[in-house]
Amino acid sequence: MPLFWLRVALSLYAVGLVYALASFWGGRHVLTRITLPAVGLGMTFHFVALLENAMLSGVWAPASLHELESMMAFLLMVFFFVIYARYGATSPGIAVFPLVFLLTVSAASGNSPSESAMPLLVSQQWIYVHVGLILVGYAGLIFSFIASILYLIQERNLKSKNSTGIWTRLPALAVIDDIGYKCLLWGFPFMTLGLISGAIVAEARVGPHYFLDAKILISIVMWVLYMVLLYTRWSAGWRGRRAAYLATFAFATAILAWAANSLSHTHRFIAP
Amino acid sequence: MKFQIIGVNHNSAPLGVRERLAVPEAQLPDAVQHLVKQPGVEEGMVLSTCNRVEVITSCNEAPADLRGYLRSYFGVSPDTIAPHLYEYQEREAVRHVFRVASSLDSMVVGEPQILGQVKEAYSVARSLGAINSALEALLSRAFAVAKKVRNETAIGSSSVSIASVAVQLAEKIFGSLEGKTVYLIGAGKMAELAARHLISHGAGKMIISNRTRERAENLAQAFGAQTAPFESLHETAAQADIILTSTGAAEPLFRREHGERLLKGRRNRPVFFIDIAVPRNVHPEVNKLDNLFVYDVDDLQSVASSNSAERKKEAERAESIIEVEVERFTQRIKSLHMVPTILSLQEYCETIRQAEIDRIRGRLGTITPEQESAIEAMTRGIINKLLHTPITTLKSSAGEPEAATIQEMVRKLFNLNNGKPKS
Repeated sequence: MPLFWLRVALSLYAVGLVYALASFWGGRHVLTRITLPAVGLGMTFHFVALLENAMLSGVWAPASLHELESMMAFLLMVFFFVIYARYGATSPGIAVFPLVFLLTVSAASGNSPSESAMPLLVSQQWIYVHVGLILVGYAGLIFSFIASILYLIQERNLKSKNSTGIWTRLPALAVIDDIGYKCLLWGFPFMTLGLISGAIVAEARVGPHYFLDAKILISIVMWVLYMVLLYTRWSAGWRGRRAAYLATFAFATAILAWAANSLSHTHRFIAP
Repeated sequence: MKFQIIGVNHNSAPLGVRERLAVPEAQLPDAVQHLVKQPGVEEGMVLSTCNRVEVITSCNEAPADLRGYLRSYFGVSPDTIAPHLYEYQEREAVRHVFRVASSLDSMVVGEPQILGQVKEAYSVARSLGAINSALEALLSRAFAVAKKVRNETAIGSSSVSIASVAVQLAEKIFGSLEGKTVYLIGAGKMAELAARHLISHGAGKMIISNRTRERAENLAQAFGAQTAPFESLHETAAQADIILTSTGAAEPLFRREHGERLLKGRRNRPVFFIDIAVPRNVHPEVNKLDNLFVYDVDDLQSVASSNSAERKKEAERAESIIEVEVERFTQRIKSLHMVPTILSLQEYCETIRQAEIDRIRGRLGTITPEQESAIEAMTRGIINKLLHTPITTLKSSAGEPEAATIQEMVRKLFNLNNGKPKS
């Protein structure tokens, strides 16, 4: 049944995907009215799927890669709606909706949870805390990256004195900048605490050697980049191109850290 | 009943002529009262704005002498105004009112003020009892059409003057102008106008710098702004979010190195340069630096022109909407002409029905309430079925050339012109 709700959510997220694709031929405003209610409803079904999944399995943190993807997609949608409520900006959807769709496609292709899918390592309260915090940190980083790309596009629009075209409906530069900064600011403590909680679990289970694990090393590099991003923004007010390059680098590292499960001995799910 | 309009606008008459016909707000009720006293005028209103003076009326069958009204009320000789006047009747008058309310007849097509001005003129005339059924229908429809045009086209969504383009761009950079600082360097008229526009859109603080200190101080007084010495403008510029330049300097005041210093001083916060000077006060290289945006007079003009072209395209769409609405409205008005005949016909038949029921009731003896209502229903049904085709024909012929003949024929056939039917 959780898979059923997830697939319902997926079909509603498909409207968001169409919206994002339509942006490239200028039909975005036509879809705005139906997209937000559709993806909002999708998010509700997604929540039902997550809740039911947790109740059936008795595990309140993602226990497989598919569940992790599902949770990540849900958190991205939550971030999207928080930003929409605060700034009235729908433009981040252009990048977020396809990402959410892809994550949900992957998540919905998995199996329903069962007792046998229970991971060996995911058994402690600390793990729940670790996974929850890390995912919120990831969502902050992703949105900050999207905002920096939108900032570059809007900056180029203004510099080229182009008053027509598909990108002229983007929010004001200051609004995009604020979205990016706030996402960094909110995401960073979550990421930091997430890594600390992960370190505590790893220390208890593997001992001091956990530090040499590939995934953990990449995660630390990502955290350092995250901090540098925040610091350069805070101390020198880095915006635009330089900030976007740094955000891209941090985002690429985050993807690498996400994908590094197969290289890790200490950080693994049993389910596929 | 006929719609009749006479007036002058920015296209037909120079300002000198429009001024002579302009009605101050306080005098508007008097002008309307005089208008409805004119022979033939049944309803009327006067619309007076800086770009137009128009008299909108609904008259009885004979056209009213509205030129005579203009002559007598405004005391202007016919020769002075005659070449500048336009007049519209019926369908053309309806189209004109729809176009005016939708801002298609405005000097700046799509500007939003005109709808408010039409509504104001309408409410003055209405409060004086000078607007009844016909103008009420026309104006209500005009407001609905204006709303439709605004909702279904993007006619009013882009700025077309240099000052409003400057505000539009500033809002694209800063979102809200609330609390933003404007730095006015030089004292060109256009820069001053743009600064006024920025302030009226929420910009919080203004700094003025000019080679002639006295001129800067006079301007600062007018704006309630601060002044800064011209010699130290690069140091003080870091306080500004928007820099408006319009000096007569032969060499640029801001070069790349000044831009770099400015960014450092502002910790990379964006700056919007509006350079209205010729030759330019800001070197184009400055625009290549991150977070500095330079628009010279040609750039602003080109944005305004592209917005104008966009508006023109939207105006064409708006004209099609108006054409459909004019057709719909005139059909409705024409069908209203048939209403008295239809009502007389229904009344005629109802009188016969009642008389026949009364005549037969004595012969039926005592009947139950159920039987009574059955008789009512049956006789009404017969009347309705008999009248269905004549009424439909009357309504559908409303817009046709033979409408008057059909109407007259129905009146003759049923003797509607001579009172009650014989029972």
